[in-house]
Amino acid sequence: MSTTWDAIIIGGGHNGLVTAAYLARAGKKVLVLERRHLVGGAAVTEEIFPGFKYSVFSYVVSLLRPEIIRDLDLPRHGLEILPLESTVTPLDNGDYLAAWGDPDKTRREIARHSLRDAEAMTEFGRLMHHMAQAVKPILAMMPPDPTSLSPRDLAGLLRFGRHFRDLGQERFHALYKLMTMSSADYLDEWFETDALKATKSASGIIGTFLGPRSPGTAYVLLHHYMGEIDGSFRAWGFAKGGTGAISESIAGAARRFGAEIRTEAGVSKILVRRGGTSGVVLENGEEVRARVVVSSLDPHRTFLQLVGDEHLPDEFVSDIRRYKFRGSSGKVNLALGELPNFTCLPGMGPHLRGAMSISPSIDYLERAYDDAKYGEFSRAPYMDIIIPSMIDPGMAPPGKHVMSIFVQYAPYNVTGGWTDAKRDAFGDAVVETLSHYAPNIKQAILHRQVVTPADIERTTGLTEGNIFQGELSLHQLFFLRPAPSWAQYRSPIRRLYQCGAGTHPGGGIMGASGRLAALRILSDGR
Amino acid sequence: MTRELIIIGGGINGLVAATYLAKAGVKVLLLEARDALGGLAAGADQIPGYRCDVGGCDAGWLLPDIAADLQLDAAGLELVTPQACVCSPQEGGRALTLWADPARTAEEINRFSPDDAHRWPEFTAQVARFAAVLEAIYAVAPPQVPDPEARDLGTLLRLGMKLRRLGKREMVEFLRVAPMSVAEWLDDWFKSDALKGALAAGGITRIFQGPRGAGTAFVFLHHQVGRPAGAMRGAHYVRGGPGALAAILANVAKGYGADIRTTAPVREIVVRDGKAIGVALETGEHLAAHQVVSSTDPRRTFSRMVDAGQLDPEFLRAVRNIKCRGAVATVHLALSELPRFPGVTEEAMGGAITIAPSLDYLEHAYDDAKYGAVSRRPYLEARIPTLLDSSLAPAGKHLVTVQLQYAPYHLRPGGWDDRARSQVSDLVVETLSAYAPNVRGSVVGRHVTTPRDLEDRYGLTEGHAYHGELTLDQILFMRPVAGWARYRTPVEGLYLCGAGTHPGGGLAGAAGRNAARELLKERRA
Amino acid sequence: MLKESPFHPRTSALMEGFAWRRWAGYTMASVYELTHEREYHAVRSSAALFDVTPLYKYLIRGRDAARLLDRIVTRDVAKSKVGQVLYTTWCDARGKVIDDGTVSRLDETTFRMTSADPSIRWLHLNASGLDCTIEDVSERIAALSLQGPLSRVILEQASEQDLSGLKYFRLTPAKISGVPVTISRTGYTGDLGYEIWVEAPRALPVWDALIDSGRGYGITPAGLLALDLVRNEAGLLLIDVDYISAHHALIESQMSTPYELSLGWTVALDKDRFNGRDALIAEKERGPAWRFMGVEVDWNALERLFADVGLPPKLPTTAWRASVPLYMGGVQVGYATSGCWSPLLKRYIALAHLEGPYGEPDTVVEMEVTVEHRRKRAGATVRALPFFNPPRKRA
Repeated sequence: MSTTWDAIIIGGGHNGLVTAAYLARAGKKVLVLERRHLVGGAAVTEEIFPGFKYSVFSYVVSLLRPEIIRDLDLPRHGLEILPLESTVTPLDNGDYLAAWGDPDKTRREIARHSLRDAEAMTEFGRLMHHMAQAVKPILAMMPPDPTSLSPRDLAGLLRFGRHFRDLGQERFHALYKLMTMSSADYLDEWFETDALKATKSASGIIGTFLGPRSPGTAYVLLHHYMGEIDGSFRAWGFAKGGTGAISESIAGAARRFGAEIRTEAGVSKILVRRGGTSGVVLENGEEVRARVVVSSLDPHRTFLQLVGDEHLPDEFVSDIRRYKFRGSSGKVNLALGELPNFTCLPGMGPHLRGAMSISPSIDYLERAYDDAKYGEFSRAPYMDIIIPSMIDPGMAPPGKHVMSIFVQYAPYNVTGGWTDAKRDAFGDAVVETLSHYAPNIKQAILHRQVVTPADIERTTGLTEGNIFQGELSLHQLFFLRPAPSWAQYRSPIRRLYQCGAGTHPGGGIMGASGRLAALRILSDGR
Repeated sequence: MTRELIIIGGGINGLVAATYLAKAGVKVLLLEARDALGGLAAGADQIPGYRCDVGGCDAGWLLPDIAADLQLDAAGLELVTPQACVCSPQEGGRALTLWADPARTAEEINRFSPDDAHRWPEFTAQVARFAAVLEAIYAVAPPQVPDPEARDLGTLLRLGMKLRRLGKREMVEFLRVAPMSVAEWLDDWFKSDALKGALAAGGITRIFQGPRGAGTAFVFLHHQVGRPAGAMRGAHYVRGGPGALAAILANVAKGYGADIRTTAPVREIVVRDGKAIGVALETGEHLAAHQVVSSTDPRRTFSRMVDAGQLDPEFLRAVRNIKCRGAVATVHLALSELPRFPGVTEEAMGGAITIAPSLDYLEHAYDDAKYGAVSRRPYLEARIPTLLDSSLAPAGKHLVTVQLQYAPYHLRPGGWDDRARSQVSDLVVETLSAYAPNVRGSVVGRHVTTPRDLEDRYGLTEGHAYHGELTLDQILFMRPVAGWARYRTPVEGLYLCGAGTHPGGGLAGAAGRNAARELLKERRA
Repeated sequence: MLKESPFHPRTSALMEGFAWRRWAGYTMASVYELTHEREYHAVRSSAALFDVTPLYKYLIRGRDAARLLDRIVTRDVAKSKVGQVLYTTWCDARGKVIDDGTVSRLDETTFRMTSADPSIRWLHLNASGLDCTIEDVSERIAALSLQGPLSRVILEQASEQDLSGLKYFRLTPAKISGVPVTISRTGYTGDLGYEIWVEAPRALPVWDALIDSGRGYGITPAGLLALDLVRNEAGLLLIDVDYISAHHALIESQMSTPYELSLGWTVALDKDRFNGRDALIAEKERGPAWRFMGVEVDWNALERLFADVGLPPKLPTTAWRASVPLYMGGVQVGYATSGCWSPLLKRYIALAHLEGPYGEPDTVVEMEVTVEHRRKRAGATVRALPFFNPPRKRA
């Protein structure tokens, strides 16, 4: 006779694991069901070629909530985040633009391009600090339903309103601009160096199907500054052992609290009877019963595939159907026999321990977007490159290296679909573009793995290969994520909850959705 | 002698403000730089014998309550509302016409997509409801956000009630839709490219964004404010052209005792110790006044007319950062005969003839502009005012006013020289001829107004007719700049009343009316 | 690598203990010898030579140069005479201090501004509509500060020029070793002293000439530890230590007005509009909420506190930079931001912010001191600044 679990978590991605760990910590009997042979979802480390470990999909970490690290004691389970110290943007004229770990050094570097920009950085940094401070409580907030008259929602709305009022006019207006403007326009108000604006913008377009001139891209600029107010020294880091190590550490914490994690246990159906769920059916036909089912999958997969339209209100179904994914990025992972030699900074240097950003100008990024708008991958794409083996030598055999290249744009709906030939052509475009800046790259490559949005969807199950489980555009945020009235981790099916990045606040290896969902489930259970 | 109040600029907003103030008993002097009133709405014989207007026929929608308040009907105002709103010719000889009558439009859409025709009534009803919410918001000065003053509470409550009346789902839908891109929004509703293109054109009017830019759904709704339900992208015309509206307003204003001087360009708004004390004209003449109201665009007002030493540099920086990237060139064509679009009746040509066959077409047009080029295949909006008023052109001839988007103010390389200008008019003729082949052979005169011309001749910064793009970050309490959305400025006694203030361009006189009301409230206080 | 000043070849040869520190992106000496004692006493007894190259310097030229500066700074620049140097603050629209520095009128339409923070952006933001050029000459111009009672005689020998006519806060062109320089009678020590401004590529011979001329007069290259002591004695405040720039402060309460820094004398309210004027007029009427004053710790009280644990008073030999609370009757009434034991005055002194009513000289307060890991309060008296003000400074 099978046992009845307190909670089943569908999907062992980082958010699912966070929910599992929090529920288990509260004494619940928790089962995590993961379709693949390893946990992590899009945060996995895999040895695709012997000796070379890739963070196959996601690659850096900036926003993993520190309270999660503390609550779950993740360092005890192997989590160590190493700093990524610098970002270097090679320019087409052979020069470069760099931001280093040291403010004096960065100031001097930027002053080389523009004195005014070097100064503006300080004040811009202060503004971003304020903005991050203003946004942080919202990230940790259960989104109130503005149409609801329940005391809980009214109190939430009041808190929300009071939060903005306390910001004062000046900061509220600055935040409003940040939320509505394009990163290019926003940065135009501060800076004049094109490459500087482009590189900053690039962080605003990651994972979206938008260009730097598209309104709504400015607020992601904040992400660079979020770490600062969490008391961490630097915003961007690389997890020792790759992003899979983050997932492993959360899984370790969950197990320590008593959760059970089953891999190779894909869910084919969420059982629904009389508007409530009683458990799930596995792909092998096995039925597993639980008081509560929590899905960390994206809203499409959860509701349209595992639950089914017939159990859901029409309005909700149409809201979920129009929820937009539009995966727009790919990954190229390289095994290298030698380090890349960048023309702008020849030889070995500290730049190889940081990120190299292929974002020489706003127009460059915008043209990359233009290709994608009409269904092609960017001929000259934006790339965010790191060499994990420079930070964590365990990622590659001694003397050899792995290179992680995040590439945008690679639209899911590419004209003609993602065939093998298309994938190769995409990989070639990436290597070709890179060789323009680091000419030895072609001869250095030992192995190449090209990951398209179609591959991401096939491997991880993320709809349309969107790494954020749905675009982070204004109309898909906060109380609208994933659908009005269902932004509080619950669903129209009783006892079925959502905990993935498709809920507020979503996106990145942040874990906040997973944590807030667990808190909601625990408070509902009381 | 110190005058009570000087208004700078005799465009529609300046005239409306002057009329409202004069009507309330304020002694107003209005100064217009040019020899004709109306600003962009002023007509001119730019092609000899043809009465052209640079603003493009449509001075914006005149809200009925302004006409009523100022009794413009009695003063001779005659508005003509054509049955056709938009006629959008397609390649291959078809055309889609949107009529003021939703049933007739649905029939029309049915030829393109029966599903879309089916959804049309629902869509127009939603648009009308949303536009009504905006109309209510537009009728008042924007409340101070996020910390409203006591006097804002009533306004906020009224607006809140209005929003609530939409019902729970519609209210959330409004909040969801406004910041969306018009493309995504229309994709939610419709299948037909022709329909989506024709509608989306309304979302990119005078904005440096393509239909995929977030916030263009708002722009679409903005241009529906005041329109009768179902009249999608409808317009009305003033009998005699927009210049006639200016003339009527001037007469009414004068009737209330306002003083109006043309050919009186203001060089400087004189500020002493942070207070406006009058204006200096280009002629050197000084005119003292207790209050000065500028209807010129905010960037021009503050970076050209006020001594920067009198302003907080951070305020000035905010003003300079107002985005007003002009993107529209107006081409007037004198034609020896009416254009013949296959399958398009003369009645269908009564509104706007829009070359916007699909969302991608519009997006491609924007792509060129992003890099500083004129769209190779531009979005055109053509109107034929001679269909309504044959007196505008010599007998038997026609005038076509075409607005071309995108023609970026910051044209690369070289900027707006004569060659670039003639290329624009060729482009208009070629583009129109692709749909109406007889145009090419019937052009007997042409005149081009580029964004650069608008700046040089009309003082519009970067040639932006709305004094600032209607992007999400530049509307409501952010217009013209954060913290100064209520027509006041950091200079005591200096006010703004132009399209650069809430609710912005495209609504004739709405900003001028709101500004006048705020001024009067302040006087009473 | 941090930047090196043009004097680095000389200063690095003097360095005995690798006591370098950062100043505005440069490597600068904290102290050359193994202790800073001799360097400190040179300022007060003979002459000390400081490398002050890291200061930010701007050249503002043109018909409207004075108008630009008058929009920015609180002093009246238009009224300054050619050859005059103004010490001044500058503020934002709310009258909060952004920075302090000097404005030198080199000729009718040419000014040099020095500042502690980079200022080119602020200068440009204020320059709309004005006919002037703004040039950052921070790296182009090197600067030395020769301070102490014998500084004049050394400088007269090095420049072969009579400097007796050069008054306090005035400048003059000169030549040292054939190199054109500007000599201003200014400094950050509250003593007789001069600053020498020179094109960076020709800076080294100037250093050498000063050392040569000064050898017989005990000239002593000195580092920032000595400078920090003497600026405390002179009551001269330091950005980021004694106040926070309005451009960097994160919250309102971190900002100060000139009046709150007791720099009201630099505010020319009678000149035309400048940044912060309206706010400052209102503040002057209201009276500032804070004052920036000296505080002298009562030595006997301090001795008693240490005696209680069986120790003699133990004080740091260098100046400290920390926020130390000041109390009156158990209530906190202010905080000191810098302080030191003055070897010359034999007093334990501090620079402090005091709430308005407590800022009167001779007010008796208490300052927190740490005695053998425990926090105590020692009696202290509010003093007018500076603590040390020798007649030779202006004579």
